[in-house]
Order: sequence, then C-alpha cells, then structure tokens
Amino acid sequence: MDKLINNDGFYGEFGGAYIPEMLYPNVKELQDNYIQIIESEDFAKEYKELLKNYVGRPTPLYYAKRLSEKYNTKIFLKREDLTHTGAHKINNTIGQILLAEKLGKKRIIAETGAGQHGVATATVCALKGLQCTVYMGEIDIKRQAPNVARMKMLGAEVIPASSGSRTLKDAVNEAIRAWINEPEDTYYLIGSVVGPHPYPDMVARLQAIISEEMKMQLKEQTGKENPNNIIACVGGGSNAAGAFFHYIKDKDVKLIAVEAAGKGINSGETAATTQIGTTGILHGSKTLLMQDEYGQVTEPYSISAGLDYPGIGPVHAYLFKDKRADFLNATDKEALDAAFELTELEGIIPALESAHALAALKKLNLKENETTIINLSGRGDKDLETYIKLL
Amino acid sequence: MNKIQQLFKNKKNILSVYFTAGYPELNDTATIIKELEKNNADLIEVGIPFSDPLADGPTIQDSSSIALKNGINPNLVFKQIQSIKNQTNIPLIIMAYLNQMIAFGEDNFLEECKKSNIQALIIPDLPISEYKKKYKKMFEEYNLSNIFLITPQTSNERILEIDELSDTFIYMVSSNSVTGTKKDIDNAQIQYFERIKNMNLKNPTLIGFGISNNKTFTEACKYANGAIIGSAFIKKISEKGELKDKISNFIKEIKN
Ligand SMILES: Cc1ncc(COP(=O)(O)O)c(C=O)c1O
Repeated sequence: MDKLINNDGFYGEFGGAYIPEMLYPNVKELQDNYIQIIESEDFAKEYKELLKNYVGRPTPLYYAKRLSEKYNTKIFLKREDLTHTGAHKINNTIGQILLAEKLGKKRIIAETGAGQHGVATATVCALKGLQCTVYMGEIDIKRQAPNVARMKMLGAEVIPASSGSRTLKDAVNEAIRAWINEPEDTYYLIGSVVGPHPYPDMVARLQAIISEEMKMQLKEQTGKENPNNIIACVGGGSNAAGAFFHYIKDKDVKLIAVEAAGKGINSGETAATTQIGTTGILHGSKTLLMQDEYGQVTEPYSISAGLDYPGIGPVHAYLFKDKRADFLNATDKEALDAAFELTELEGIIPALESAHALAALKKLNLKENETTIINLSGRGDKDLETYIKLL
Repeated sequence: MNKIQQLFKNKKNILSVYFTAGYPELNDTATIIKELEKNNADLIEVGIPFSDPLADGPTIQDSSSIALKNGINPNLVFKQIQSIKNQTNIPLIIMAYLNQMIAFGEDNFLEECKKSNIQALIIPDLPISEYKKKYKKMFEEYNLSNIFLITPQTSNERILEIDELSDTFIYMVSSNSVTGTKKDIDNAQIQYFERIKNMNLKNPTLIGFGISNNKTFTEACKYANGAIIGSAFIKKISEKGELKDKISNFIKEIKN
C-alpha cells in the first residue's frame, strides 16, 4: 500500500496536503521525517516491543467455527478486539507517540469519534507522561460515555466539539484548529488514514501490522498463502488499510470494505461515502466526501460513532475508483443483527463499527471452500448501552 | 494595474474589512459593501461561508453557520455583488475554501468573480504547489490575483517565493492562530513584523488575524501597509442596532 502513494502524498488523484499556511511548518516537519523515523532501527525495535508486551500482539487469528457453519464457508476473525484498550486504534497511537517523542513534542492533541482513538491516545500519553487533550463531538460524548470516563481516568482533557454535526468531522476540525493555535511542541495524533499527507500513509504503515500477522497466521494455521476475501469496516479507513496493506499486490485476494449505510444509503441519514460522495477536499486531503452542490460538507449519520464520518481516507477513495476494493455497506439494523449473531454463535461481543464488517456476510454468498478473514477491529464494551436496549 | 495595486500606490494605512456574506441577514451583503465604502474602508473581503472553515475561529465559524442557515450560497453572493456593481467602486476580494471553488467548477467560479468585478482571491487551503501546478494560469486568464498568507513561522526562503508569486499584496497572519483569537500585539509579533518589513518585499503587506481596535490597527500600520479586520467587525454587526450605524461607528472607532 505504501507503494501506491507518490512523493507529494497522492494516491492517483486523491490525497495531498491542502492546508492553510499556518499549518505548513507542522505538516512539513512530519513529511520530512516520518519515513526516516518509522524505518529506523530504534523506532522499529521499540514499536515492536511495545506492541508485543504492552498491546498484547500478535492478536489471534481465530477460526470462527460456528459462524462458518452457519454461512457454510470458512471464516477467520482477526482479533483486534483483544488488544489493550480494545481496538486496533492502539497500533497507531503507539507508533505516533514514539514519533512525537523523537520529534521532541511535549503535548498531544487528538480527535475521537467512538472514543476508541481517544482512549488509545490517552493511554499512550499516560505511558509516556505526556499531556493529552482530546476533541470529541458533543453527540459522541453522550453516546460513548464509558470511553469518555476512561479518557478522563487516564488523565486526558476531553473538549466537546459543539459546531456542525457535533460528531467526528467536527472533532477533527477542532483538533486541527487547536494544532494551529498551540505552540510548536504540540503534536496532532490523528486516528485514521485521513488528514493531510503524510498522515494517511503514516497511519496505514502503523496499522500494517494487522495484515503482516494475518499472512503468517493464515499460512501457519491452514497452509494457505492467501485468503479469498478480507472484510473490514471503513470509517476513515485505518483498520481496513491495516488489514489490506500487505495484500494490495495479491490480486487473488478480494478486498471488501464496508461502510455504514445508517438508515439506508438513500435515506439522507447515512455515512456510506463512496455511494453518495463526490470528489472534494476535507481535512486537508482530496478524497471522496459527502457534500452538496456547493461543496458544503453534509452531515453524516450512523449508529456507530466510529463510522459517522462524511469522508474516507484518500487511499480508500483510490481503491474504490481503481476497483481494487469492493465497497459494500450495512445499515444500523444489519450491523446490530450481526453483532448479536456473533455474540450468540461465538461468545464475542463486537464493537458496532466491526459489526458492519460482519454484516457483509449476509451479502456475499460465500462458497464452502472460500476462506475469508474479517477484521474484528474492536470489542463492544463501549456499545453496551446501545445493545442493552435491544435485549 | 488592478484596483488594489492602485490603492496601495496611492494610500497608506489601508483598512481592509472582512465580512461573511449572508450574515447577519441573508441579503445584507449589498448594504454592508455600500456602507463600508461610504465610511472610507479601503478594501473589502467577502467571505463565502463554508461548512468546515478550518482556518477560522469561533466568531467567523458562527457567522458562517448562521449565514448558511439563512440560505446563502456562492451563486447568491455573486448575484448580490453584481447587483451593486454600478453603485460601488471599492475593490473586492473573495475569500472561500478550495472545496467550494472545486464544487462550483473552477472556471465557473472564476468567471463569476470576474463578472462581479472581484480583484483577488484568498483561498486559505490552496497550497502554493497546487497553485503553481494548476491555478496560476487559470487565475491569470480571469485577471484575478491570488493572495497568499505568511505566518511568523514561514521561512524567509518561502516568503521570497510567495513574494515572487504575488502581485497584489501579501497577507501577514499576525500570529500562529486561527482568526479572531489574540488581543494585544506582543514583542514576538513585533519582531516578526520588523523582520518582514526589513525584507523589503516587492509586494505590499497587510496584517490580519487579531486586529480588533484602533490600538492594534495603528500598531499594525507601523509595520505594514495596513491591516485586515474580520472577527471584530463581525462581532460589532452582531450587536443590537441599525446595521448602517454599527458599520459607521465601527470604522470611526478603528480609524479614530
Ligand atoms: C472498533 C473500531 N473500528 C473501526 C473504527 C473506524 O475507524 P477506521 O475506519 O479508521 O478503522 C473505529 C473508530 O473509532 C473503531 O473504534
């Protein structure tokens, strides 16, 4: 996946760094340093060590027997839900906090939707003794209350984003503005493959550990080089980028991205960006986004705070246009059904985001001899309030 | 020579005022432009409201979202400006975000600017590289100048490049911040203003962001060809009272 991007940070026509001059020094510093730091021996050693002993990697690749029986196919789950803090987000925050440290930064700011990235950021800040401020949409603060409490206990300040749709998009706006206003020793720790170059590439590289492990684990467990399908949900697209990363060149592997349809893609309440979006610029990169005829970004909707975003990372806009990945979508209801199904059959309560990936099973008509890996990006603890209402 | 270049040739201590089109009321644009001109503002920046104004602080954000709720859109802004084309002579700048221009169709957008007698554009998220690659030629075709921003952290090398690419003026962002944040001008800012002044750039400069009253305006004029006021003006016209009175009082206060 890192080969898809050019020197200016473009995946085909998508990506780039469309930022006001006030951000230029911050972004340029990252552009000039990120590859060198990430590829340094020093960094790699500490990153791998923390992933192993702190995060709990490698996460299992689990053969979901009863789920497979139900769909009469072979389904593996990549268990990102079993990481420390409960979602793939921690892979990225561990990497970026090391990078921030190497750059001599003292304060960390982040945005969060579901609160998983906020928690993962607050966690690594506690680990490194750095000051942490997290911007979160007012609506998300309400619907993901347990994560707000976790962030606070971890010592982070949570600042409500009260403009616009008061969800993830607005939290990103606030974080970017804070990054402009804060002194130079502040680092913006983005939670997905979005934002100006180099963030999309940097976050993808830091999530690539997911597919790196998948490759080895599948081989070890089945003798197979590759699965037939990989399924991941897409909010900004970081867990999907991580799950697809090492398979981009393997054309025999079908990459399946699942967006949140909300109440249906034509309901006016959706977050299925590729289905109703057009090319535009959001949060510093050119990508597909939901907007009106005048380029005003429209408010997305999904039951899942982590998928409630009107754009997608530029790499996914590229994979969509290039047809390298298939883009499906699941409604709130389909995701909820899938969450209960997994819980019942496998004893695993998934995050609402990940439940969208699981919901794709009903749409795919998988064959008996096909092997599919679903990236189970997170666990459902944070979503219990939503789930309990349906019990 | 465009009208803004002429203005800089003939005048010092230039007062440029930013306002958000469609705010406070949908159809206030024409009144605001005419009153600003009548009260001797020198230059006007008309902001076309955007849903996600990354470079703007709370005041301009709020005015933008109210203006959008009022029903403003670029077509309407151009119409409003064109309706008073023969009644005004004050030079106008359009400020918009790049996504708005792309969605409108770049050529259509520039064509409408030209029809509205716009002299220049401020597109805060249009990077220099992209300007050179794609937009420079387009802007020139429509006789529109691009106004670049510089900040206290912009390197001298980059400032020289921006000076080379500019032909009207350079927008000096007074501190590293979004719009409408700071109050008084501090020593670090003065050092920055002096540094730029001593670079003897070929283009004039206007200082903006955080200029809010007579004191900061006068201070800015010591180091640049004038200053730009946005958030403070928006705050003023948000107060109770007759729009015309608020505008004339505001300009009086600033120019003292
Ligand atoms: C568990 C989980 N999965 C997926 C996402 C969506 O983000 P991304 O598309 O970047 O993986 C989130 C975001 O909060 C999440 O918490």
